[in-house]
Order: sequence, then C-alpha cells, then structure tokens
Amino acid sequence: MEESKNHITGTKTYVLVWFVLLCLTGLTIEAAQLKMGEWSMVANIAIASAKASLVLWFFMHLRQEKRLFKLLIFVPLITISIIIGLTFFDIWYR
Amino acid sequence: MLMTDMAHTEQRDYIGAKLGMWFFLFTEVLLFGGMFLVYSVYREVNTADFHEAGMEMNVVIGAVNTIILLTSSLTMALSISAIKKGAKNSSVLLQAATVLLGIAFLVNKYFEWSDHIRHGFYPNSPQLLAMSHGKILFFGLYYVMTGIHALHVLIGMSVITFILVLTIRGTVTSSDYIKLENAGLFWHLVDVIWIYLFPLFYLIL
Amino acid sequence: METSFYNAPTRYPGLFGWIFTTDHKRIGLLYLISTLSFFAVGVLLGLTMRLELIRSGTHFYSAQTYNSLFTLHGVIMIFLFIIPGIPASLGNFIMPLQIGARDVAFPKINILSWWLFMSGAACAITSLFTGGGAPDTGWTFYVPYSVRTGTNISLAVFGVFLIGMSSTLTGMNFLTTIHRLRAPGLTWKRMTLFTWSIYATSWIQLLATPVIAITLLLIILERFFGVGFFDPAKGGDPILFEHMFWIYSHPAVYIMILPAMGAVTDIIPVFSRKNIFGYTAIAASSLAIAFVGYLVWGHHMFTSGMSDTSRIIFSFLTFLVAVPSGVKIFSWIASMYKGSIKVDTPLLFTLGFIFLFSIGGLTGLVQGALATDLHVHGTYFIVAHFHYVIFGGAVMGFFAGLHYWFPKMFGRMYEEHLAKLGWVFLFIGFNMLYFSMFVLGWEGMPRRYYDYLPRFNTPNLVSTIGSWILAMGLIIMFYNLIHSLFAGEASGDNPWGAASLEWQTTSPPPVENFETTPVVTKGPYTYT
Repeated sequence: MEESKNHITGTKTYVLVWFVLLCLTGLTIEAAQLKMGEWSMVANIAIASAKASLVLWFFMHLRQEKRLFKLLIFVPLITISIIIGLTFFDIWYR
Repeated sequence: MLMTDMAHTEQRDYIGAKLGMWFFLFTEVLLFGGMFLVYSVYREVNTADFHEAGMEMNVVIGAVNTIILLTSSLTMALSISAIKKGAKNSSVLLQAATVLLGIAFLVNKYFEWSDHIRHGFYPNSPQLLAMSHGKILFFGLYYVMTGIHALHVLIGMSVITFILVLTIRGTVTSSDYIKLENAGLFWHLVDVIWIYLFPLFYLIL
Repeated sequence: METSFYNAPTRYPGLFGWIFTTDHKRIGLLYLISTLSFFAVGVLLGLTMRLELIRSGTHFYSAQTYNSLFTLHGVIMIFLFIIPGIPASLGNFIMPLQIGARDVAFPKINILSWWLFMSGAACAITSLFTGGGAPDTGWTFYVPYSVRTGTNISLAVFGVFLIGMSSTLTGMNFLTTIHRLRAPGLTWKRMTLFTWSIYATSWIQLLATPVIAITLLLIILERFFGVGFFDPAKGGDPILFEHMFWIYSHPAVYIMILPAMGAVTDIIPVFSRKNIFGYTAIAASSLAIAFVGYLVWGHHMFTSGMSDTSRIIFSFLTFLVAVPSGVKIFSWIASMYKGSIKVDTPLLFTLGFIFLFSIGGLTGLVQGALATDLHVHGTYFIVAHFHYVIFGGAVMGFFAGLHYWFPKMFGRMYEEHLAKLGWVFLFIGFNMLYFSMFVLGWEGMPRRYYDYLPRFNTPNLVSTIGSWILAMGLIIMFYNLIHSLFAGEASGDNPWGAASLEWQTTSPPPVENFETTPVVTKGPYTYT
C-alpha cells in the first residue's frame, strides 16, 4: 500500500491541532493549581501524553503511515515502561 | 537494472529513509527515558522536597517555552505541506520561523538558567548543598535534563538550517523532500520531550 | 565474469579506498581487522593477569597495575571486541548478501559507525596514557569509586559512549535494511536464521545502548560537576547506578550471543546436509531472548542491597530466559540427528560452542538462584561462567562463522588440518583455564584480586598453564587464517555446497553483490 507521499495534511487541520495543544497546555497548568496531591502528577502525565499523541498522530504523520510504523512506536514505549517498572520493585520495597 | 526495479528502489528508499529516522527517534526515547527513570526514582523517594524545589521554578517562562515549541512544531509541519505543494518560498519561510522559535526557546533558557545560577542554585554550589537532598537532586535533574534537551534543540535548529539552505538551492523539492520530513520528525520529538519536561519540572506545585 | 569487490574501482586510492568506503563488505572487513586487533590486545592483558596469578604472593607488578589490567581487559574485550564483534564484521559482510540486497539501507551511516567505533577506541586507549592513568574501576565503573578515583575515567567512558553511538547506528541500519531491502521472494520465513539473529540483535543495540550512553554521561557530569545523582551525601543512590548500568549491560550479553547462535544455526544444516529443525521456534526464540533479556538485569545485583521483592522477581525472570536458549540447543541437536554429518572445522567449532555454552548456561542457573548466588557472587565462579558463555559461546561461535564464511569473504580456503589442530589447543587450553575458575570460585576465591591465599595455588597454576595452551591455539588458528589469506587454495564460489543466498554469488562477491537481483523461491536450508 502506497503511503503518505501524496497526502498533504491541510493547514486547517494543523492549526486546529496546534490550538488544541495550547488548550491542553492551559489545562495542565490549571490542573497543577488544583492541589490534588500525587494525582496532580497523574493528571499532568495524562495530559502530556494526550499532547504527545496529537504531535505524533498529526505533526509526525503517524496517521498516514503504514501499519508497521504505528505498531513499532509501541516497542520503545513498552521497553521504557518495563525498565522503570522493574526498577520500582526495588525502590518501593527497599 | 530493470526500470521497475529502480522505481521500486526509489520508492523503498523514501519509506526506508523514514523508517531509519523513526528507529533513530526510538533511541532518543530511550536516552531521555534513562533520565526520566532517574527523575521518577528520586521524586518517589523525595516527594515533599521535590514539591518545595518546584516552587523555585518560573511557570510563566516554562509555559512560554512550551508555547514556543508547540508553535515551532506547527511551522515545521506546515513547511513540509508547503514543499509538497511546491510552494518553495513558503516552505523556506516556515523553516526559518521554526529556527527563530528555537532561538527564542534557547534565549529564554539562557535567562532562566542565569537567574537560577545567580540565586546560587547550581550543581555543587554551597547554597544548594545546604539544602535538602530532594532539592539538590531536583536541581541536578533540572540542569541535566533541560540541558541535554537544549542541546537537542540546538542540533535540531542546525539541521533545519542546513535543510533550509538545501531547499533554497533546490535540492529539497516537491518530489524529494525526505530530508525535510526527517528533520521535522526529529524536531517534533524534541517538542514531545519538552511536553513531558514541562509538567515534571514546572508544575509540581 | 564479474570482478570481485576487491578489484572494483574506488572513489579514493589505496588505503583511503577502505577508510572512506561505503561498501558493506569492506566495512565488514574493516571491523573484522580492528575488532580482532583489539581482541589480541585483550588476550595479552589476560595473559599478563594470569601470569601474576600463577602463584600466591606478589610477583611482577603492583595491585594498582593489576586493577588497571582487569579493567582494560574487560573494557577492551567487551566494548572493543565482542559487542561490535559478529554484527559489525560478519553481520555487515554477510547479512545483505543473505537477503539479496545490494548494500545496507544507509551505507554512509555504516562507515560513520566504523569511524565512531575507531574514535571511541582511540579515546579509550588514550585514557591509558593521559590524565591520572589507566582506569582501575573494573569495566563496570561502579560508583562511588568511578567518581572518586583519580584515574582517567572520563576519557575512557567517553570512548565507550562513542562506541555505543556506533552500535546504535548499526542497529538502526540493519533493522531498516532487513525490513526494506530483502530481494523479491525473500519473505521473513525464508530469511536465514543468521539474519534473524542479526535482526533480533539490532533491536537490542537500538534500544539498550542509549541507556548506557546516558549512564556514562552521568558519570562524566558527576566527575566534573558533582551533580549528586549517585552520591548518598547529596541524596543520590549508588544502587541506581547499578540498575542503569545493568539495564544495558545485561541485554548487551545477548548482543554478544545471539549472532553467534545465528552463525551456528546456519552452519549446522550445511554440514548435516539436512534442513534445520524448528525454524520458526529458533526465529521466535531469538526474538524472545531479546525481549526477556530486558527483564533480568537485577540478577547482577543480588548482593547490592536491592529490595527482597525485586530480587525474587529478577530471579524468577532469569530462569525464564533460559527457556528460549534451551529451545535452540534442542533444535540444533535435532537438526543434526540422522543427518549426513561432516565434521569440518566450522562444525567442529559449532560442536565446541554447544558444549561450552551449555556448561556456561547451566552455571548461570546456579547464579540465578538467590541462595546459591550469595555464595558465588564476586568470586571466580562468576568469572568462569561468563567466560564459558562469552568466550566458549559467543567467541567460539564467531570462530565457527569466521571459518565458515572465510571462503566467501576471501575466495580462498584455510588449511583444514591446521585449523583442527588449533581447535584442539583452544579447547583443551580453554577448559584448563576456565574450569579451574569454577573450582576456585566455589572454594571462595574472590575475583579482581591480585593475590590470594596459598590454598588456591593448584587450580590457579592449572589455569595459568591453560592460558598458555589457549594462546597457542589462537596463534595456530590465526596463523592459519592469515596465511591462507595470501597463500590459501582458491575455494570456488560455494565450497560447502550451501543453499543460502550468499553462496549463490561468487566468492568473493562482486561489488554489487549479485549480477542481477535474485528472485528467491525456496528457503535457505533446502538440501533434498
């Protein structure tokens, strides 16, 4: 299957994504003021991940790429999650 | 070689070149991932001190820098759309805008760091060493992570400047723009990393 | 008739035609020469260490010198020899041929990788003679000593950093090559298992190496700026360093062994005249080893002060990683069963590999179990274990591949009897040198010590004599190979009658590898 070579994302789409990213930035600043304790960090990471996903999907053209690219992106993510996760079995239980 | 072979090769090259760049980005994820590991461990062990240290950070500068990078990602994405349409001048302008935004980011960083250093918050400073462990580690992480990130911003800007020249010269065109696209991928990753750095350093309130 | 790639016109004349080449075959040979040269240096360092240890008491040099010797021996053998080892040399030369490609995906990045490798090696070697002198921390650079020692750690560690960049780029290059440049008809299931092993290895090179890169960078920052990440006085955790170090360095051992297993898997069908048994299982096990290899690093840290919970988890996961290796061993033996076996040198090295790797692997189980590890950690038992798996395993596999693909690379054949004689010396010397260490470790002799109690005398003597016999074997083997380079008989294109794609072109290959793009219609091990 021929991929994104011929597909040109419209300016409108990009500007909309950018606008959403700015809104999410505002949201994350607000969420930080709310003083939810450690849930603040969870909320902030979640919002950051939403922003990152938008950048990956639209700006980095993952939306138009072959399925292979979409699958591959999980490999480093899973790897780093395992690395941090296994280390925390030490940190939490020392 | 048969014509179909060569066409096949040229097509493969485009996807292959992009694939190679994505693989390279994976290594950057792991590189910064190692630093996020250190951050998460020390924040877990020094939660209260990290909150206290976070108060020293200037949310406004952080937010402004976030907006700068997000906008630079926009201009970068638009520059690729432009070259695909054959709008060479627009593409060049948008690439230049991206570089300028990068400069703005680094200038902000410079002032921010200078301010902290002037207040005595830098690795191994007597003032910092008198503080809690969490605070020492927080600032250590701050300088190392935003420092290595800033280095990547600088590298990204240099690469984009180089591609800009190639665009002007006509080496990067509407039928051969993989270099610009790959530079864009790198730049977007730099943006993504900052998207995570921002809340982790500026929004621990 | 195509001329070989040696005779192809190059952009620059003479030596520069090699140093600035973008031909994967030449790059493979550049790596072969450089890594084997570093291997020779590493061997000399090892022999020097064994000389001091011939008998208890101080003989030839100081403890400080001994510390630097074992540090260098480790750094050179691991980072300058066996990690680049098979992937960079045989992988570079053979893999593109096996998939019917004209070259790798990014030839210029390929030569850049070699330049980075050589620059890193130059830094590491320069560190011996400048600053505070040769590093003395052991190749593991544990904090706090690596931060406090006056020896030239920063330069050495920066050298390793550059070599890491080289490894990462090679991984990226090979992954893209295998994904994108396979010849028509060469499906994933028709790839050789050597190429499968290079593929799995490349994933490890890609994802694990950045972690050591940042770890080493943090050491340098610690030494220069006292940031405090690993300094308890500033809230740092030395055990975190160990985590980060081994998060790379354990997967690294799979970078070392997977390609060797791949080479051996290619060799067995050829010399058994029989299809490989368990193709899918072997390919899957390579990926499984690569993946599970990321989950077990804590087994290097059982005595470090980690939590009990994590020790139990890592011990369990460590037993898991033995399973896919076991799958391979049983598949190899089943592959040879009822085959028409010809014990030529490549197969001889393969058989030695299976035997020695098995011993190493089984002793790994002793270390993987928490209770027994407490007894053997930090002793010569560990030293014996990793030499059995890395030297008896990966390096013997490398030698097997070297002999197997020698005619492909050079168009000549080595002398068979001399090769086998070399093998005999290697095998005997190896076991004398390293089996003694199992005994010593079990009896309690610590590693990295420049002296020891008199009750350890006898096994140490046996070990040192073994090192000389082993060295003799290496001399015989390399004399044979180097001499055959110039004076060996012409081998013909396919002296082994092998079925995989690299043997369907001339030996040595022409610069574009194949006269016309090959179209593949069957698997690489069809011998009926």
